[in-house]
Amino acid sequence: MSQNPFPLDKADLLKAYRTMRTIRDFEERLHVDFAKGDIPGFVHLYAGEEACATGIMMHLNDNDRIASTHRGHGHCIAKGVDVHAMMAEIYGRSTGACRGKGGSMHIADLSKGMMGANGILGAGAPLICGAALAAKVRGDRGVGITFVGDGASNQGTFLESLNLAAVWNLPVVFVVENNGYAESTAMEWAVSCDSYVDRATGFGMPGVTVDGTDFFAVYEAAGEIIRRARDGGGPALLECNMVRFYGHFEGDAQTYRAKGELEAIRASRDCLTILSERVIEAGVVSRDELQAIDREVADRIEDAVRAAKAAPLPEASDLLTDVYVAY
Amino acid sequence: MSRKISMKQAINEALDLEMRRDPTVIVMGEDIVGGTGAHGEDDAWGGVLGVTKGLYAKHGNRLMDTPLSESAYIGAAVGAAACGLRPVAELMFMDFMGVCFDQIFNQAAKFRYMFGGKAETPVVIRGMVGAGFRAAAQHSQMLTPLFTHIPGLKVVCPSNAYDAKGLLIQSIRDNDPVIFCEHKNLYGLECEVPAESYAIPFGEANVLRDGDDVTIVSYGLTVHRALEAATALAKDGTEAEVIDLRTLSPIDWDTIVESVERTGRLVVVDEAHPRCNLATDIAAFVGQNAFGALKAGVQMVTAPHTPVPFAPSLEDLYVPSADSIASAVRRTLSPKGARSIAA
Repeated sequence: MSQNPFPLDKADLLKAYRTMRTIRDFEERLHVDFAKGDIPGFVHLYAGEEACATGIMMHLNDNDRIASTHRGHGHCIAKGVDVHAMMAEIYGRSTGACRGKGGSMHIADLSKGMMGANGILGAGAPLICGAALAAKVRGDRGVGITFVGDGASNQGTFLESLNLAAVWNLPVVFVVENNGYAESTAMEWAVSCDSYVDRATGFGMPGVTVDGTDFFAVYEAAGEIIRRARDGGGPALLECNMVRFYGHFEGDAQTYRAKGELEAIRASRDCLTILSERVIEAGVVSRDELQAIDREVADRIEDAVRAAKAAPLPEASDLLTDVYVAY
Repeated sequence: MSRKISMKQAINEALDLEMRRDPTVIVMGEDIVGGTGAHGEDDAWGGVLGVTKGLYAKHGNRLMDTPLSESAYIGAAVGAAACGLRPVAELMFMDFMGVCFDQIFNQAAKFRYMFGGKAETPVVIRGMVGAGFRAAAQHSQMLTPLFTHIPGLKVVCPSNAYDAKGLLIQSIRDNDPVIFCEHKNLYGLECEVPAESYAIPFGEANVLRDGDDVTIVSYGLTVHRALEAATALAKDGTEAEVIDLRTLSPIDWDTIVESVERTGRLVVVDEAHPRCNLATDIAAFVGQNAFGALKAGVQMVTAPHTPVPFAPSLEDLYVPSADSIASAVRRTLSPKGARSIAA
């Protein structure tokens, strides 16, 4: 093995790969099972975007908070939410992360600092300002990360939060996951500026744009602005340019895409392939080691689906509980 | 020790006492300190009507002026509550709920249920409600029914300084999101209030006047109109029981039903618009659960189905008056009112 040229040691490289592979397999499995009609409601898949969640979350601990989006499975997995509890939640089972009451769009695990996927686009930005304020009041050096897509980057809540975080000097990182589409509408049309860095500058904070399919680019850029926020330097914006391998939701025929577009991005911009090739080429990790992780992850996802299908449904009495702490 | 103070002072005192008691209580809002970043006095306003005046001197940075940005700071209060603080966020006029309601009804109200009982969101959103201030359509509404409709929210609307203090202290200690509605035309009203701390439990209505002939139920400013009406009716020999709900969610159904079962007549007074409000809610509940006790159809006295007008001559017609309440009581006593139930 040659010298490690990467900013992470081998154990962390394998951890990052395992996280990304887990997200990919989780989403690919949902894609298949949703088509079979096994899963109620609707799901939004994060496949193709794994490097972003993983590159950021590698810098966080359970004391740091994240506020996610409707496309939240990847954020959950990277933040350490239990995959079995997530799968059971998506299947609407009582063993789910939210006891079957939230579903795909509302998975949360506050003990892991995961403040919820969110069905309201842009809603996480004000919430994470509050989480960061709480960290600041307590002085516990916690940071808050909120994710929006290029679509929700136009929401007033998001823009107001950029200003509030700057005015209050909050330890927040605003991550724009720019996959080029707000549902079916092109980012190039719907976002009035050419660069999110310009938007950040307009709110008095640094902005950085990275190739979101490059795990190392995300990891390094996120590391710097998260450290800065943790040290009291204030908020920043990180734009990750990335690709969505599936539609806005499962069942989306994606007729808005150009011919051959999906095939092209899968061939040239698959963040998992890019990461694997780089670490293997550098001689730091072997293909066998990655394949061993692939097998381990596949077994885990298979077991999560099996457990979810076998798990009990919520009881009728659960309909009326958990509305208030006390009423 | 008890002394006469206004509702405004009582609210200030409740905030002060709770901030002293619990370091996780923070207070935020537009101009609640006043003048942050400006070159004049430190504590220039203490809220647009001075409700939080003087608290900055006692508690410093735990009082936070916000940018004029309701979605962001109300959402931040909700997020901070989910992370262990007890924020009290002032929404200057409750009418401004329109720009930040998502953070309240889709976020704060739903966290606990959506997350399977694993979240607590002890946030208080307090703000001014009600007409009579010549503040026109966007600064005068009684939007309480919007809030009572939402599972997960608690809704409070005191009618006097004593209740305001005890209910606000309870709201801050409560582990669920609370919408605390302060009627701006009651801010100056004084009554005896103990100097020490006390909490009034939610879901306990206050019977302000006993009577056996008719039950009048209300909350907020119109409680006082109901009391005026009851005084006038007593001169004609009609004894009205007046119930002040104090909290609208949870609501004290038992006290309402117990009273109606005794009086057989019910008038519900609500400053909100007439459709799907507290009055219709209570009328329906009594119709379903105490129908046998009713000697006459339930009467509802509400604001009209219009925005709040500006012209003082019109606004005075808008808010339910003591006369309109007394008339409604007389309708329940008339043979026609009695027949409406027999038919």
